[in-house]
Amino acid sequence: MEFTELESSLREQAIRSSLMAGKPKLYYFNGRGRMESIRWLLAAAGIEFVEEFLETREQYEKLLQDGALLFQQVPMVEIDGMKMVQTRAILGYIAAKHNLYGKDLKERALIDMYVEGTRDLIDLIRVHHKFSPEEQEKNLALINERATARYFPVYEKVLKDHGTEFLVGNQLTWADVQLIEAILMVEEKVSTVLSKFPLLQDFKTRICNIPTIKKFLQPGSQRKPPPDESYVVTANRVFNRK
Amino acid sequence: MSGKPKLTYFNGRGRMESVRWLLAAAGVEFEEVFLETREQYLKLIQDGDLLFDQVPLVDIDGMKMVQTRAILSYIAGKHNLYGKDLKERALYIDTYVEGTMDLMQMILTLPFSLPEAKEKNLPLIIEKAKNRYFPAYEKVLKQHCQGFLVGNQLSWADVHLLEAILMVEEKDPTVLSEFPLLQGFKTRISNMPTIKKFLQPGSQRKPQPDDKYVATVMKILKEAMYYSI
Repeated sequence: MEFTELESSLREQAIRSSLMAGKPKLYYFNGRGRMESIRWLLAAAGIEFVEEFLETREQYEKLLQDGALLFQQVPMVEIDGMKMVQTRAILGYIAAKHNLYGKDLKERALIDMYVEGTRDLIDLIRVHHKFSPEEQEKNLALINERATARYFPVYEKVLKDHGTEFLVGNQLTWADVQLIEAILMVEEKVSTVLSKFPLLQDFKTRICNIPTIKKFLQPGSQRKPPPDESYVVTANRVFNRK
Repeated sequence: MSGKPKLTYFNGRGRMESVRWLLAAAGVEFEEVFLETREQYLKLIQDGDLLFDQVPLVDIDGMKMVQTRAILSYIAGKHNLYGKDLKERALYIDTYVEGTMDLMQMILTLPFSLPEAKEKNLPLIIEKAKNRYFPAYEKVLKQHCQGFLVGNQLSWADVHLLEAILMVEEKDPTVLSEFPLLQGFKTRISNMPTIKKFLQPGSQRKPQPDDKYVATVMKILKEAMYYSI
């Protein structure tokens, strides 16, 4: 079959851009925030990624001008030739692409329910550093209460009833990765939070020993530390917040 | 025991309204149980019906589903409203509904904010609609050229956007004035038979929240529910 010059050049372009698509590129601040769950999921899936850290207002305005941010917001992830925004959409894409989203509609429904629960818990912690000291005290009590009275009992029971190593099906899914992220985040605030949840303790040990996750938990990985003062200052500067 | 999905929520819009919209758009009949007392709510918790002690709750296909997004995704997937492949689903539909969800969330929490916040927040919401969200969807319609946001048939993204448009218009009827494609979209999608039916009086669509609704929710949940944007 003969190709015209135009056709073969278009084919070359397509091959070149799919090769160049290469590693996902994450655009965010140099800190956890909303991007951290994405780092976790890519790491768990064994996907290498690169990061561009927002440090100045100019960088952010350039992204806006280039039309890279559909709703003017980050996280933004360049992946497979697309500029994706909205954390949940990005996570759903990565999960489905890398076989972390269950095997059918019903497993996906369970995963969706579980990740929405852990998302709510993570969000309580994600904003913690923005509060005043008195508000932080109240928030800490709320985090502890929600973790031990609402969320962890549910996942403890799921592990008990399900009887396998994972929350859904019989292999690692997005639900497990987000739960381990949530557990570690809560433990940073309340170190004894798993004391009444033996199955979650086992889960934590097991999941943390999965090679890709173990690697992510080691120093030098792209995992980010909890937010500090300079993180807050940078975010405010980039977004022109007082 | 009917095969129809059963929705448990307050008798008002809140987080359940998007579920009502999507089921209606899909032509799926559903039943509703309205929470009116704290005792009903506590009984649901005791019976283990609420995974995270929260409503919305939708009994569907043998599952007691909670978490609005999970419920909506399931309905969309089941009724062919979730695109034809991963790219349509994640890159387009999930992304677009997250945007409209952020916008509608601002409006649905408004009645529960502190009085001072309410007055300040409504103009901010309209501003976000006009400067952030509607321009994005206007551009999608312009570039995509198919009359729908994604692919060439109705999806969850279209239903959700229509819901958001109508919600914002209730607060500011002129909000679409700079968005001709969204105006066309609104007319077209509103005229699709299942949606047209849902928009008629007597359907299960709920009215805007009033003081009585707010009081009922707060009495039942007994949570301090002050939100700021």
